Amino acid sequence: MAYSDKVLDHYNHPRNVGSMDKSDSAVGTGMVGAPECGDVMKLQIKVNPLTGIIDDAKFKTFGCGSAIASSSLATEWLKGKTVDEALTIKNTDIVNELALPPVKIHCSVLAEDAIKAAISDYKIKQGADVAALAQAH
Amino acid sequence: MKPIYFDNHATTQLDPRVLQAMLPYFTEMFGNAASRNHAYGWEAEEAVEKSRGQIASLIGANSKEIVFTSGATESNNLAIKGVAEMYAEKGNHIITAATEHKAVLDTCKHLEKKGCRVTYLPVMGDGRIDMEMLQSAITDKTILISIMYANNEIGVLQPIAEIGKLAKERGVLFHTDAVQAVGKVPVNVISDNIDLMSITAHKMYGPKGVGALYVRRKGPRVQLTAQLDGGGHERGMRSGTLNVPGIVGLGEACAIAKAEMAEESKRLSGMRDRLRAKFEAALDEVFINGSMEHRLPHNLNMSFAYVEGESLLMGINDIAVSSGSACTSATLEPSYVLKALGLGDDMAHTSIRFGLGRFNTDAEVDYVADKLISVVIKLRELSPLYEMVKEGIDLSKVQWTAH
Ligand SMILES: Cc1ncc(COP(=O)(O)O)c(C=O)c1O
Repeated sequence: MAYSDKVLDHYNHPRNVGSMDKSDSAVGTGMVGAPECGDVMKLQIKVNPLTGIIDDAKFKTFGCGSAIASSSLATEWLKGKTVDEALTIKNTDIVNELALPPVKIHCSVLAEDAIKAAISDYKIKQGADVAALAQAH
Repeated sequence: MKPIYFDNHATTQLDPRVLQAMLPYFTEMFGNAASRNHAYGWEAEEAVEKSRGQIASLIGANSKEIVFTSGATESNNLAIKGVAEMYAEKGNHIITAATEHKAVLDTCKHLEKKGCRVTYLPVMGDGRIDMEMLQSAITDKTILISIMYANNEIGVLQPIAEIGKLAKERGVLFHTDAVQAVGKVPVNVISDNIDLMSITAHKMYGPKGVGALYVRRKGPRVQLTAQLDGGGHERGMRSGTLNVPGIVGLGEACAIAKAEMAEESKRLSGMRDRLRAKFEAALDEVFINGSMEHRLPHNLNMSFAYVEGESLLMGINDIAVSSGSACTSATLEPSYVLKALGLGDDMAHTSIRFGLGRFNTDAEVDYVADKLISVVIKLRELSPLYEMVKEGIDLSKVQWTAH
């Protein structure tokens, strides 16, 4: 199978590999996929509490080159966006940017799911924080 | 630069000596081996008969027992369908195994639609069939046992002599797909009690598109219903003008294998063992798939846990190997052979098959080992699974969001 130059670039130089502290209230973590299916993505965002902007994003992915590239690209796009802007990232944007063939579209879907899962985790944490604050008072 | 070729179970490079033997039969010696009236025919026939003798001599057969075909897919089809049709009055039951090549499995599936009953034996964790299970699968309707000599993915050798003995005792014909074994390990149709055996030239440094079926002539005399109608070549079992250059190549490949097999298998198993040792010394969580004891000398099949196979292949694009990962197969299903061993899909996705061959060198082994190790380490830094395992998380207890 031939890979697009962009997929190769992300595979050879993955951006933003790593992990952030899951318990940090400013960090949202999304983990999607399953080992039996051949791909698992973990995507994390860190949101600046003052600006509401995603300051940092990290990923780790078990999966084929296109899955690695999709999640690497997602972290690039997430940085600098607000949480609401981040929710507008669509899997088709990833497909177009990376020139993914039809058999690899599921990789982009997984990346979109990972973004949504990370944001949802972050929002739940924020809600919980507000609740915890309210209780403390 | 072309990639280093470590995929010798898929096909092998033509040996230059084989090519030399074939060349005249493309040009000045172009006769039809069935032409009985002139020298062109006679020299072609002579070349075909020489090849028959070279093949027979490698496998302990008589040259009259060799039927030329277009390759092992055809040999398997001819053996299994030919027996099923010829012996239909005696019975309709065939026994085979879950890890067979598609050329056997799909032939059996075809026969099931025509009213045959087929038992697909499971294999044990080491890839071998259970002899007791085979024994109890035989009924008075069983006409054929078809079990491969060596598997093309994991290189595991089946207990062929035991199967042959059992088949003979029970009066059942025994076919073996010996494509991966012939020329690599000693194969003898007499001592192994084999009645039918498929071989192909391109897995033993010969050309593609030519193979043979061994068909026993004595004790018992095996008969087959031909699958191609035509001029009645090959004692009526396989019509069609013989591929003389290909047949010459197959014969030469057998002669070379007979002369060099002992030496070559020692050399290749040494290289294979070194490759394995390097992986095991440098990496944790690597696993061998299939029996190491009953195995072809040149095969290694390993799972590099927590690293998906296709991403691994992408990092070693200057090395030609194959993976059991779904992403690399047309069906998007991980290897059915590895699953038959009881491997979970997760481990099948991380497997790589190494097939060493005649033209590989020690330097290539070192290069492949070092390269693969560095890519596995890099991809494990990227792997959320590896990170979780290192944190002490039991992956089997995690609630995954399957998609
Ligand atoms: C075990 C086995 N059987 C049969 C075949 C088919 O052989 P051929 O390519 O000659 O049709 C192969 C090769 O792909 C094989 O590995």
